[in-house]
Amino acid sequence: MVRVVVDVMPKPEILDPQGKAVQGALPRLGFIGVSDVRQGKRFELELEGEATEERLAEVHQMAQTLLSNPVIEDYDVRVLS
Amino acid sequence: MTSGGPRVGVVTFPGSLDDIDARRAVRLAGAEPVALWHGDHDLQGVDAVVLPGGFSYGDYLRCGAIARFAPLMTEVVDAARGGMPVLGICNGFQILCESHLLPGALIRNDHRRFGCLDQRLRMESTATTWTSAYSENQEVTIVLKNGEGSYVADQHTLDVLEGEGRVVARYLGNPNGSQRAIAGIANEAGNVVGLMPHPEHAVEDLCGPGTDGLGFFTSVVASLQRV
Repeated sequence: MVRVVVDVMPKPEILDPQGKAVQGALPRLGFIGVSDVRQGKRFELELEGEATEERLAEVHQMAQTLLSNPVIEDYDVRVLS
Repeated sequence: MTSGGPRVGVVTFPGSLDDIDARRAVRLAGAEPVALWHGDHDLQGVDAVVLPGGFSYGDYLRCGAIARFAPLMTEVVDAARGGMPVLGICNGFQILCESHLLPGALIRNDHRRFGCLDQRLRMESTATTWTSAYSENQEVTIVLKNGEGSYVADQHTLDVLEGEGRVVARYLGNPNGSQRAIAGIANEAGNVVGLMPHPEHAVEDLCGPGTDGLGFFTSVVASLQRV
């Protein structure tokens, strides 16, 4: 069993209203000096067997077809040891 | 064909809200509404399809992202590519973008609030299957209600849409941060249209801001009767 993480983030040029809302809330709680917040998603996938190149290629496909929308989001795949 | 005129299917997904209103609008426009179920692989021989508004699959992951892979969407996407008229309203527009039948995406409103208002629009393309009943630059009022209605696409895509006359409707006053105030777009062939406002809520004087939305439905009926 291996755990693979897919991080999905809004592309830099895409407005991120959720991140903006969080950023707006921070100073109200007394946290100052945060100049930007971007909010994304983290998926943790438990794969059976080993994290072979083939399996990871499959995870990339999952990320491109379902987990992220390439029009507005970037993704990153990494294996947790 | 039955006496009801062309048959226009309306897909119900889990979480669809406006499927019944859409079927009513289809009937008021002179066509026969056909209820389609997301879990089937059967378009029941309809002549056109409406993907209605709502929160399909709870808007989990992204709006429309799960609905795009609903069983019936296989048939809808194939039929749309083959020229069948398909209209996506609100959540339906999001599904069409996720399905890559239309370019771009819809993200959260820039003001971060759910908007619900009678929205003024300018109809810019009357060349599509769904907008022939309007006149170019006609101004209409159609209900707008969404949380994720901000249309985004890269500059090149936006230029192509504008250059090819595929911006179907534009907001007068931008209610949600949509790029270039785009409220609706069409595919290249003009048979697939996505629209954030809800024409099916503007088909009767009794409830709604008027009947400005009816034209979307009479347009498709007219085009199907010409065939």
